[in-house]
Amino acid sequence: MKITKVAKAGTLESNDILIMVSPKDRGIIELDIESIVMQQFGEVIEQVILHKVQEMGVEGVSIKAQDRGALDYTIAARVETALNRAI
Amino acid sequence: METLRRSMLFMPGNSPRMLQDAAILGADSIILDLEDAVSLTEKDSARILVREAIKTIDYSAVEVIVRVNPLDTEFGAPDIDVIARVQPHTLLIPKANEDEIRLVDKILTKIEAEEGFPSGGIKIIALIETALGLENVFNVIKASPRTVGVLLGGEDLTADLGIERTKEGEEIFYARNKVATVCRALKVDAIDTPFTDTNDHEGLNKDTARGKGLGLTGKAAINPRQIETIHSVFAPTQNELKRALRILEAMEEAEKEGQGVFSLDGKMIDAPVINRAKRIVDQGVRLGLISGEGGAK
Repeated sequence: MKITKVAKAGTLESNDILIMVSPKDRGIIELDIESIVMQQFGEVIEQVILHKVQEMGVEGVSIKAQDRGALDYTIAARVETALNRAI
Repeated sequence: METLRRSMLFMPGNSPRMLQDAAILGADSIILDLEDAVSLTEKDSARILVREAIKTIDYSAVEVIVRVNPLDTEFGAPDIDVIARVQPHTLLIPKANEDEIRLVDKILTKIEAEEGFPSGGIKIIALIETALGLENVFNVIKASPRTVGVLLGGEDLTADLGIERTKEGEEIFYARNKVATVCRALKVDAIDTPFTDTNDHEGLNKDTARGKGLGLTGKAAINPRQIETIHSVFAPTQNELKRALRILEAMEEAEKEGQGVFSLDGKMIDAPVINRAKRIVDQGVRLGLISGEGGAK
């Protein structure tokens, strides 16, 4: 899957996460996470995002995530939506 | 045992917080809404979020209903294709008509076969909110054996009829009657339109009782605060339960003595009265108001 444009999904409301994706060269996956629970769950958030990126076969992407306490299912859903919108 | 559908709580499909809370708010059924509660620009986002929520959140204590978009919009078909694959209990079909219900049934049958789900497992509730749908409600229900109920949509229906929607609800008297009668005839649930003033609990009580009095079996809610009132109206009263139990006891006695028709407190008791008593006792057992053996708790 090739990312061709900038796209967003999600919100900054509680229990949600705002994801912004933009194109990068093939093989480059950049991740920038900001979270109210970074210390406790930063690694988990990163894993959920990377898992979705791999699952969707994304070639290269930069992802900025602003988390407001989203559960895993919300993170996965918002990343999928943002990536679909960026094709 | 049949699914209890006294209350159906609408929850917006694009709100993670509300999707997480939905299961614990006390409603018998929750309607995860992909239609009116979701803006046109967020339809794709809500569809994926609801799919992930159903896959992840423990909704085992409630009936999960997803209101998809109408099939004559660009969102309807993808909604069904994505949501049916995570097996919600039920789909709520807006502006339901006979052809659309038949088409939804066909799509669901195909998806169930592809996914290895039991055929006919995903149920349908028809949202009746057009004059045509209302007049044809019998055939709408008959269009698919999956149809387990009808939800009356008072707001859209009155808009379609070109009349004002009022708090008193006189203008939907006929619609409530029609839906209740047809649903009773076809033995499916008849769910009343929501009461939209979430701060008027007395009004909600009256409106719910009005629907129940016409034969409706449950009511939709748009706020969790409405659930308790709806349940209290649809629960049988202690007096109703006591009388129903007495009728069934008297019936057993009469059967032992070989009597077909008998009287209790000077009134003749026949089959319709016995059937109503059985329904009340059955509901009392399901709500935990009386024990399975019929004794008062």
